[in-house]
Amino acid sequence: MTLQVFALYGILPLLMVAFLVGCVRMVLGPTLPDRVVVLELLASLTAGIICVYAIARGQAGFLDVAIVLALISFLGTIAFAFYVENHGRDNR
Amino acid sequence: MISMALLSFGTLLMLVAAFGVVRMPDVYLRLSVASKASTLGLVFLVVAVPLSLNDLGTLSRVAAVVLFVFLTAPVAAHMIGRAAYVAGVPVWKETIHDDLKGKYHPDTRALASQTESHGSDQESSMHPPESSNASQGAG
Repeated sequence: MTLQVFALYGILPLLMVAFLVGCVRMVLGPTLPDRVVVLELLASLTAGIICVYAIARGQAGFLDVAIVLALISFLGTIAFAFYVENHGRDNR
Repeated sequence: MISMALLSFGTLLMLVAAFGVVRMPDVYLRLSVASKASTLGLVFLVVAVPLSLNDLGTLSRVAAVVLFVFLTAPVAAHMIGRAAYVAGVPVWKETIHDDLKGKYHPDTRALASQTESHGSDQESSMHPPESSNASQGAG
């Protein structure tokens, strides 16, 4: 079993299972901070999926996408934290 | 072979984070599980890339990703947890210790050490943004 086959058929389905399991909490989550936590986790998972896909396809250029995704998810998390801290008492 | 082990361990950590987010009873416990396990899992998955591609040119980008994730993930987790506590998200009913209980003013959202007069200089310099936040929240 080569590394590409292992990454494509062994690792990526497990990461998709983790993604779907996280989406369960995204649907169930009773408050807005729960969903923000899951959003951060899903962004991190997507960056991991992109890295595994870079291994499976043999192209290192996908790493730039992972860098940008990590940056955007951090900014989104900070924005949600400001929003929850200032207005979160109304719609928790 | 090393990159296969790194990929497997990173995927295991990601699965731990996802199932922990579903199973944990509280925002704060979910935050604890998700931030730590997903950070380490992402680092393992990213480090596997230059080892498997045999490409030293990607090593700088991988170092940038690792450094950035290690810097930003604790900051983001801290800000979400603080915002959740300030917004009044309840803690788990079996929580036995809450250090901040009774120390946050529920309306002005200022710490008890900042509202009293014996605060030090750096705490008094922290006071104006707190009061501006309180006025925004009240309006």
